[in-house]
Amino acid sequence: MVWETVMGLEVHAELSTKSKIFCACTTDFGGESNSRVCPVCSGMPGTLPKLNRAVVEYAIKAGLALNCEISRNSKFDRKNYFYPDLPKAYQVSQLYAPICRDGELEIETDGQKKLIGIREIHMEEDAGKLNHNGDTRMDFNRCGVPLIEIVSKPDFRSADEVIAYLEKLRETLLYLEICDCKMQEGSLRVDVNLSVRREGEEMGTRTEMKNINSFKAIARAIEHEKKRQIEILRSGGEIIQETRRWDDEKGESYGMRSKENAQDYRYFPEPDLLPIEVSDEWLEQLKKAIPELPPKKRERYIKELCLSENEAVILTSHINISNLFEQILSLSNETKETANLIIGDIMRMMNNTATLPENLTVDGRKLAVLVTLVSEKKINRNSYKEAVEAVFLHDIEPEKYITEKGLLMISDDSATKEAVKTVLAENANAVADYHDGKAKAIGFIIGQVMKKLGGAGNPEVVKRILEEELKVC
Amino acid sequence: MKALELSKLIKTKELSVTEVVRSCLDAAKKNKHNAFLALDEENALKRAEELQRQLNCQPSTINSQLFGVPLGVKDNISTTGIETTCASKMLGGYKPVFNATVIDKAEQAGMIVIGKLNMDEFAMGGSSETGNKGAVLNPWDLSRVAGGSSGGSAAAVAGGEIPLSLGSDTGGSIRQPCAFCGVTGIKPTYGAVSRYGLIAYASSLDQIGVIGQDISDCAALLSLISGYDERDSTMPIDNKQREGGGNLKGVRIGLPRNYFDKGIDEDVKSAVLAAAKQFEALGATVEEFSLPLTDYVIPAYYIIACAEASSNLSRYDGLKYGYRSENAKNLSEVYRMSRSEGFGLEVKRRIMLGSFVLSSGYYDAYYKKALQTRTLIKHEYNKLFERYDMLLSPVAPTTAYKRGENINDPIKMYMGDIYTVSVNLAGLPAVSLPCGFDKSGLPVGFQLIGNAFSEAGLINAAQVYQNCTDFHTRKPKGVV
Repeated sequence: MVWETVMGLEVHAELSTKSKIFCACTTDFGGESNSRVCPVCSGMPGTLPKLNRAVVEYAIKAGLALNCEISRNSKFDRKNYFYPDLPKAYQVSQLYAPICRDGELEIETDGQKKLIGIREIHMEEDAGKLNHNGDTRMDFNRCGVPLIEIVSKPDFRSADEVIAYLEKLRETLLYLEICDCKMQEGSLRVDVNLSVRREGEEMGTRTEMKNINSFKAIARAIEHEKKRQIEILRSGGEIIQETRRWDDEKGESYGMRSKENAQDYRYFPEPDLLPIEVSDEWLEQLKKAIPELPPKKRERYIKELCLSENEAVILTSHINISNLFEQILSLSNETKETANLIIGDIMRMMNNTATLPENLTVDGRKLAVLVTLVSEKKINRNSYKEAVEAVFLHDIEPEKYITEKGLLMISDDSATKEAVKTVLAENANAVADYHDGKAKAIGFIIGQVMKKLGGAGNPEVVKRILEEELKVC
Repeated sequence: MKALELSKLIKTKELSVTEVVRSCLDAAKKNKHNAFLALDEENALKRAEELQRQLNCQPSTINSQLFGVPLGVKDNISTTGIETTCASKMLGGYKPVFNATVIDKAEQAGMIVIGKLNMDEFAMGGSSETGNKGAVLNPWDLSRVAGGSSGGSAAAVAGGEIPLSLGSDTGGSIRQPCAFCGVTGIKPTYGAVSRYGLIAYASSLDQIGVIGQDISDCAALLSLISGYDERDSTMPIDNKQREGGGNLKGVRIGLPRNYFDKGIDEDVKSAVLAAAKQFEALGATVEEFSLPLTDYVIPAYYIIACAEASSNLSRYDGLKYGYRSENAKNLSEVYRMSRSEGFGLEVKRRIMLGSFVLSSGYYDAYYKKALQTRTLIKHEYNKLFERYDMLLSPVAPTTAYKRGENINDPIKMYMGDIYTVSVNLAGLPAVSLPCGFDKSGLPVGFQLIGNAFSEAGLINAAQVYQNCTDFHTRKPKGVV
């Protein structure tokens, strides 16, 4: 008997707007409990929501990037339920007229391309947090942080597809700069709806898994839930439609609430907010503001910048990487040199310092100065590498660094000639070795000349003059 | 004394602000009609002194018609630091950390908040009997109700305790107590006055309004508190008032014939029809018409209002402020017991009704139908205002009834709202004016209903009417 797993995802992404969805409080993560609240987001009696326009713009951008239809008339609804982290006892969300519908995202697994349908994207406010520490205390800092919920169609058949989709989605949200996608901080949260069926059968009863906070955990949770459901069905049991909580440490999931106990959220239109009208003009503006997304970018890098596919993939692996690449490129106009810098030196240093792409802060302008200097042969490659490292690690000013360390390449013949002469005079043995045909000797001599020149010698000039002088010797 | 006159005497220094405030506080402290729930004596006197100093030292900075006038505030309007309970045990001890927009505006114009006024619990009711601090007494007959839910706001003005007050009107809650207490009130267009800081009962229907001794006092206060407030998203940015003014020649008034057919007291009917005659005499044309949807307004109103209320009142969960049951041992008991003990019977009735009509499987049959009915009612009014400049109707089928008489008969109580709720469903403005007395000497009121943002026209018509009638100047026994 062949079993098929059918999955759909609900992805909650916290939007990185400056202020909350219905008030002016900051959306910054953390902070002392209840220090980032006001009467509106803490739901004090008599307060009213005021919609942050940026939230709508971010949601529309997500919709445009995911090929959705944008609703010209969108509305908010109230989802009513009691929980201590929800101070109004209702969440302002969208049920009847979400902002985006009917989108799709292309994924690739094992060389196979597949379209995953997006049912809708809706906007809502986040709830607060409960801190359990002996007693339980409410922290409303997160209340009112804007979220979009991206609801897929039940198009997934394997954990690989799910991960491929999530990676692609994360990449898209990062490129749009609307979500920082930090799963550990909860700014990207994934709920997995999963059911199994024997091939050819109708859809089975599904469960929903929550509290999964890494891509690896998602893969584990899917495998576990798939097995659990198949075992139940094999032994003649029935799947209960329920919400399950994944415990990644134990590698198990637990039922939280079943459908019989499911809450009736009593959704109804939010009377404190008017419908959102999206005009042609506004939509056009937002379409123009959509940045170039990774697939397009890769294509352009290959076709127009003549980079290899491998290089293009690495350079678009994260928005911070491609932004850095494009910034240096625009300032230096040196494609190959810039690509090599990032793929080689920068990646190596990120690796050595365990710097994740999202935390990459190196100054592109400073790197561009160095790329230009090395391309124009004003510094030699060793000095370049040294200065790049100093920029990466210590954020030094490249011009000042080069001057102070005397790294500007010495290309004038007289200074080089003087150094060469001195070295040849001081190293008669090596000169003799050279004339005896010992190849290694020339390397040693060049090294000594460079040392004399404080590391700033121009290798070509050094080589030419050395050859001239050695002939004389 | 009238608010506008009071302010004049203050400005000419025939009275000091402190004297005026002190005399209001004294009357409020006696609380003869149980209209006041809380007084803010210390702050009110402090502000009186500050305002007097402003008057003495910088008289040129004063341009408000209501400078120095004390203001009473319905207890569902947030006032910084003054207990704001909605007459509910549930909000006992709750002191807002912010002012409602209307309070900020009134204070900026030199008015002084004296205290908070009694009401039906969470503005749910038409008799001001359901609050946790007892019923408001009608100044015309202490054994009778003051009407509701803004009963305290109307009784305090009728009883001479305060010259002006703020109330709120969700289904008639300003107009009906005005009629019962013989005072004047304005229920503005939905969106004309900011709701920010008004503790919500039914958000799509709630509207803050004003109550005073006559229309000119009310109009002065309304103009102070009106205008765009970015904190209330349901307000239009541009709410240009339709023109009003001058005499009533050529003003077309519609009279809903079916309002007078059945279920209305004879004395009320004849007083209201006499008012219509008066308007004819003043040059207006009065024409009868029939409002076909009258049978549906009560069910539509109660479904929508209760649905919204069930959600709005969910935040009172015993966790953050207000009442928490001492007997609760776990979270679900905190919710269940705090809410069972903290809310009164009528509030619980409406929460349950509202939860029911929104629950899955019933939404379409009740809530959605009610919304559709509401749309039809709006269309009906739109058509009427093509033919008429305003409509004239009774406010309530009866005059003030005895306390306790209707309290155990919710259907009868709800039917008392028959003439008022459709105005809220359509978001229209209306003024409530005294127009006579019944056999027992109790006041009768009528209302003029206008198209959206036609307050100016309604106020003008009311002014012309009050210029040639004296019902609004009569006072209950013992009130000067």
